[in-house]
Amino acid sequence: MSTRRSVDQEAFKNGIRDGIPIGLGYFAVSFAFGMMAVSGGLHIHEAVLISLTNLTSAGQFAGLEIIVAGGSLIEMALTQLIINLRYLLMSFSMSQKLRRDEPFAFRFIVAFGITDEIFGVSASQPGKVSAWYSIGAMLMAIPGWTLGTLAGAVSGSLLPPFVLSALSVAIYGMFLAVIIPPAKHDRRVLAAVLSAMALSAVFTVTPYLNKISSGFSIIIITVLVAGIAAAVAPVVEEPAGGKQEEESTQEGEKNHA
Amino acid sequence: MHNVYLYILVMAGTTYLIRLLPMLLAKKEITSPYIKSFLFYVPYVCLAAMTFPAILFSTDSMISAIAGFITAVLLSYLEKSLLTVAMSACLAVFITERILSFF
Repeated sequence: MSTRRSVDQEAFKNGIRDGIPIGLGYFAVSFAFGMMAVSGGLHIHEAVLISLTNLTSAGQFAGLEIIVAGGSLIEMALTQLIINLRYLLMSFSMSQKLRRDEPFAFRFIVAFGITDEIFGVSASQPGKVSAWYSIGAMLMAIPGWTLGTLAGAVSGSLLPPFVLSALSVAIYGMFLAVIIPPAKHDRRVLAAVLSAMALSAVFTVTPYLNKISSGFSIIIITVLVAGIAAAVAPVVEEPAGGKQEEESTQEGEKNHA
Repeated sequence: MHNVYLYILVMAGTTYLIRLLPMLLAKKEITSPYIKSFLFYVPYVCLAAMTFPAILFSTDSMISAIAGFITAVLLSYLEKSLLTVAMSACLAVFITERILSFF
């Protein structure tokens, strides 16, 4: 539709529009991250730098744990690799979805903005998507994520302990909100989720196993459970990009062995 | 013992490479059903393992943590938004801890 211009303004505007709710949601979650980082002993500017350079929730929370526990750099790299492995899939998908007539260098920018949410809105665009759409969404999401961290880090040291205690559960609440709806619709996901939780509990209470740091336990559990699940209950059809496509999960049910 | 900036560099570098390499290298889509399935399960499994049982130890008392956990599970099951679920779980923890403080 649109002609070849240096800036695809239409896509850019759409990206900004779709990025606004993402940025607001990020603000709330990264607030919890900033707060936890400071209570874990990091400086405010370090917490903000993590958010600005990583732009990822689960990876940052796991990374924070490793920093606070004084884990090794290898453990840090492996943990990020495993936890953020889903971005690999999304990045492959985006590489197919991006317009071919835009400069190749744009891919270096678009790559940085591959998060569950930005990927979700990009994947739901009809046809090919312009890098400018992604850039627009990032312009809303990145400040939301970074400023939320700053706000949380600053107020974390001012808030009374009972408020901090209540806010500490926020990130887990968000994780549950991500995993439970698909588990409700797809029994393969449910089985994988319950297995992971059970195994994680086993790693926490079993002597010797509980000596393994939390970062490594998560890697072991993820590789083990996802590896077995992929063998036992392969996902044949392309998994839906976002939560929007509810109908397709019904389809997936019949593949369940 | 490491420098915090070194951790941040490793963290950000690893995460960026995961996002970048497929963009640069992928000329065609992944076809292996096993790898596709594995990647499909990874986010759910990983988040589940990170959440439980860690959530039980995240607050000042396990009782308030359980209240937050149950609230989050119920509201997620009803498919409320991320923000609603997270904030309600916090509220449940807060209320439980206020009640516990009377005993």
